[in-house]
Amino acid sequence: MRYYEALGLEPRLALDAGDLQKRFYDRSRQWHPDRFSTRPAAEQRTALEMTALINDAFRTLRDPAARAEYVLSENGLEASAQRGKDVPADLLEEVLELNMALEEADGAQVARSLGQFESMLAGVDGQLAGLFAAWDAAPSAGRLEPVRAALNRRKYIANLVRDARKTLETARET
Amino acid sequence: MFAIDFGKPKNEVVVGIDLGTTNSLVAAMGPSAPFIIPGPDGDPLVPSVVTALPNGDFLVGNPARRALVTHPRRTVYSVKRLMGRGAADIAEERKLLPFKMGEGSESVIQIELGTRTFTPPVISGIILRRLKQNAEEHLGEPVTKAVITVPAYFNDAQRQATKDAGRIAGLEVLRLVNEPTAAALAYGLDKRKEGIVAVYDLGGGTFDISILRLQDGIFEVLATGGDTRLGGDDIDNLLLRVALEDIASEWGEDLTKNLEAVQLLRRAVIEAKHALSVLPRTNVVLEYRDRRYARELTRDVFNRLVLPIVERTLAPCRQAMADAGVTTGQIDEVVLVGGSTRVPLLREAVERLFRAKPHCELNPDQVVALGAAVQASILSGQQTDKLLLDVTPLSLGIETMGGLVSRIIQRNSTIPASATETFTTAVEGQTNVLIHVVQGEREMVKDCRSLARFDLKGIAPMPAGMPRIEVRFLIDANGILQVSAREQRTGLEQSVEVKPSYGLSDEQVEAMILESIERAEDDFAERQVREMRVEADNVMQAVEKAKQSDAWFERPEDERESVNRALNELLVVYHGDDHTLIRVKIEALDEATRPLAETIMNSAVNTALKGTKI
Repeated sequence: MRYYEALGLEPRLALDAGDLQKRFYDRSRQWHPDRFSTRPAAEQRTALEMTALINDAFRTLRDPAARAEYVLSENGLEASAQRGKDVPADLLEEVLELNMALEEADGAQVARSLGQFESMLAGVDGQLAGLFAAWDAAPSAGRLEPVRAALNRRKYIANLVRDARKTLETARET
Repeated sequence: MFAIDFGKPKNEVVVGIDLGTTNSLVAAMGPSAPFIIPGPDGDPLVPSVVTALPNGDFLVGNPARRALVTHPRRTVYSVKRLMGRGAADIAEERKLLPFKMGEGSESVIQIELGTRTFTPPVISGIILRRLKQNAEEHLGEPVTKAVITVPAYFNDAQRQATKDAGRIAGLEVLRLVNEPTAAALAYGLDKRKEGIVAVYDLGGGTFDISILRLQDGIFEVLATGGDTRLGGDDIDNLLLRVALEDIASEWGEDLTKNLEAVQLLRRAVIEAKHALSVLPRTNVVLEYRDRRYARELTRDVFNRLVLPIVERTLAPCRQAMADAGVTTGQIDEVVLVGGSTRVPLLREAVERLFRAKPHCELNPDQVVALGAAVQASILSGQQTDKLLLDVTPLSLGIETMGGLVSRIIQRNSTIPASATETFTTAVEGQTNVLIHVVQGEREMVKDCRSLARFDLKGIAPMPAGMPRIEVRFLIDANGILQVSAREQRTGLEQSVEVKPSYGLSDEQVEAMILESIERAEDDFAERQVREMRVEADNVMQAVEKAKQSDAWFERPEDERESVNRALNELLVVYHGDDHTLIRVKIEALDEATRPLAETIMNSAVNTALKGTKI
């Protein structure tokens, strides 16, 4: 997987943020086009390509969700293909409640719902961490399926949290 | 044994240039610190003003600024606001800049100065060339390479236009650097090993905010935001409008259309603005045609006027902090850049927002150029302990079905950045695919800025959906897009034809390179012919118009005949290359039409007199 190779990493779902940043800086120092501006054109081109790859890799891998999606797609599992089906039925009641609160601009209820969904998000993140560790210990397609399900659930909740926050923010500003 | 050091070939100097809306500067790296190179007049600032004189020469900088009053129709300023823009998106600027826009301004503005027309990159090129000459004179060696700064929030077309300006001036632009990032470099903030820094940059015409993380000599931009139509110019225009209204009610005369008076008044309000940064009150004074206008302006009133402008800068600041994922408490230092940050109200607002006392030890007019010189020394390999990692300010997207934008590179991605998309055909035998690339954060194509249309050509005819063309979008370290395409099955490079939505083609830039323009200018005779033709155009147009009037038919037959003869004779010599002959024929035509002109004049006077009687 190119993004992992670019930063000199083994393909793992769980990564240490500090280590990742250090690798990013080290490789940027080595490959950034600024270091090659007095070099021949061919070397400049290589530096440009390498740095673009390093930047793309760091941008993707530093975000756990984007990282997992990358690993899924590299293993032939498109996260988005399953998205619609994986919307969790058990959330229906809470989602309806939030939507109603958003529609009625009921600030207090939106805030309550937001709290609920934020703790759910933390829950999914915890679940993901466990699934990441499991896949890292013994990578297999079977262990990626639950990652995909959890990821889609996470995305769904994250969108709700984002909308609720936005509503509260605009309410506060006006 | 000892090694003989033949010495490395002396590194060619790379200068740093701040190509500003109001002023431009050039700087170079000294043994320990960067320094500003002043012009021959000793002024470190070269006002970004250009006058095109009738003889083909240009005034640049302070002389041009003085010419704003004497040659308002031949002088242009704040041209940076026009870079990379088309006629449709400069409605705002048109209100502020009293220049005449020529034909064909849809994708590149054509600025008419006297009888000639210039694009914004050429005007900027003329300013850059002056800076280049100043540097050469001061350093005593040729200068051909430069780092030029741009507002962080400049889009692709604005960046490309700046790069074109460099080329037009005969400079190889090694890098475009974002102004706030350059300022951070100049402050040497990397001396504090780690921290989060906000750079607030309000210049003459643009506003930028950048949030950076500093660590071990790396300047990593986390997020940037801004407004490319907000700056000190807006304060000037506001004050100017108020003063014009005030004068209109005091003198009973509207000076708005009087360019000379407007430029004098503009100068007066700018002086008042500067004074109010240090004094609690001052006077706006205009002396014009034996009349004197004077109005006291207090800082309180000034503050009330500019408050909306200050507030407009705060939303991008909050957005940038959110994008960077930092809160006010995490900002360790704030840096102020740009002449407009001298306004005390603005300093207070910034201090309140970031809850940190802003840095302003370095001259806010000079700090960007100094930083550009530091970056120049990094690029030439003199400094290896620092590195800038900048971001793209706007998301890149492609048009999909229904006029929607599919985002492929998010804003605030570290550059260089890339994205790959696969395209195919919709009908059997289709041999080309058109891709429309836009920049912006909105969901509809019409709300984003069109960047370019790419035509993938020469696709082998196949059933629909069979070809798989992989297109790679790469934003380089200058923030400029490059596109390449490959047919996936064959691995063959696909030809991509680019039609930029705004800006000049490579060939157009080539034709505008100042040296070639100048060679044409040297051909004095040719220019005289050109100018005489313009005069002939004017005269012939006036005569044609007169021939439509009633007065024409009142003139005797032989007189009308002699006018027609004179007109024909002028037409005959018009396309020749003898300017004196054209002049002689213009004069003959003038003579022949004199009685006609008098008749028209008289009838106009009579109508006017009649009008007053009723």
